[in-house]
Amino acid sequence: MSTPTQPQQPAGIEEIQLAVQETEALPAQAAPRDAAYWAPKVDRLVVDPERAAMGFNVEGRRVTGPQQGFGRLWQRTYSAALRPTVTPEQLIKEWKEHFASFWPKGNRFGATLIAPGEVAPIAVNAGGGIKLATGVLVLYADPESFTFMTPEGHMFAGWITFSGHVENETTVMRIQIMLRTSDPLFEVTWPVMRRMEDRFWRQTLRNVAAHFGITGIVIEEKTVALDKRRQWKHWRNVWHNSAIRSMLHLLTGPVRVLRRAAH
Amino acid sequence: MTTPTLNLDVRPVGSSAAVIDIRGDITAASEQPLAAAYDEATTQHGAQALILNFTDLEYMNSSGIGMLVTLLVRANRQRQKLAAYGLTDHYRQIFELTRLDEAITIFDDENTALASTITL
Repeated sequence: MSTPTQPQQPAGIEEIQLAVQETEALPAQAAPRDAAYWAPKVDRLVVDPERAAMGFNVEGRRVTGPQQGFGRLWQRTYSAALRPTVTPEQLIKEWKEHFASFWPKGNRFGATLIAPGEVAPIAVNAGGGIKLATGVLVLYADPESFTFMTPEGHMFAGWITFSGHVENETTVMRIQIMLRTSDPLFEVTWPVMRRMEDRFWRQTLRNVAAHFGITGIVIEEKTVALDKRRQWKHWRNVWHNSAIRSMLHLLTGPVRVLRRAAH
Repeated sequence: MTTPTLNLDVRPVGSSAAVIDIRGDITAASEQPLAAAYDEATTQHGAQALILNFTDLEYMNSSGIGMLVTLLVRANRQRQKLAAYGLTDHYRQIFELTRLDEAITIFDDENTALASTITL
């Protein structure tokens, strides 16, 4: 019995078929374990239209890390022990869900979701009845921590991480900030801002603890100067200074009202 | 969460450069190992150009990025060059998102990284 033969194929097609088979046999590259925790790359921040009124100092801005700031580089850490019955995962879950409510009164956090890529406009009490408008990008979020990154114009260029970990069999909540002041004007006010930051984050930790029914926490604060040199090449950051722009926005409010009425 | 593991190997290249091969996870726990590798590369081997090999990086969280900034500050203080190669698309995007790529130059491979940093 004769064996049917395959029709002769050009050598090129066989090579192509072999290459296709080899490619299909390759296992798919596993995504890194952190893939879902990072924000997608963004060149300029986009504010949800529903929050546009609050996000005028954030829309279209680039994010800024510590290397894009002006002032000295500081690492500031605030930490306090909760209790063993609260796990780091529970702490962070609650902290994400109620983040805005844990902020000290008089300050607004304009997002309801702490998720990678979320852009949150914020309004912070700058003293003297002045509200400074800026925002943050949720850079990273996993079950035990989340990190914000600041936009151009924010008082600080850098990152702030909220986390929970176990130490001596107790869950410790921690806020760690790596920052430079953004521009020379903010750098001049750093001694005042530093004390305001202390009050702000200490009260935030007390509010988080109270959420779990815990009072009288002992808050430890540690500040380390990682780089005592100022980055003078970034003095032009003052162009985006959110304090100046917030003031201008306030002063030009009546003009915007008249323009809207005219249209 | 899995326990982070990090292995670092320092490979001197010539008289003025060193490659730090990174295997595993970069997290807040990486501060001491990175500092030790930096000291080995610069103090023991006299490197003025440090090339970070991220080919076998498996995990990095936001605290890990902070550790790289700390390393960058140390290098800048000593006027040393810091460069990187071996980043996957995912980690290259993270470098770009955090704008760390503006301070740590990213190359496609070791030879290019060495050729560029040694001549800078």
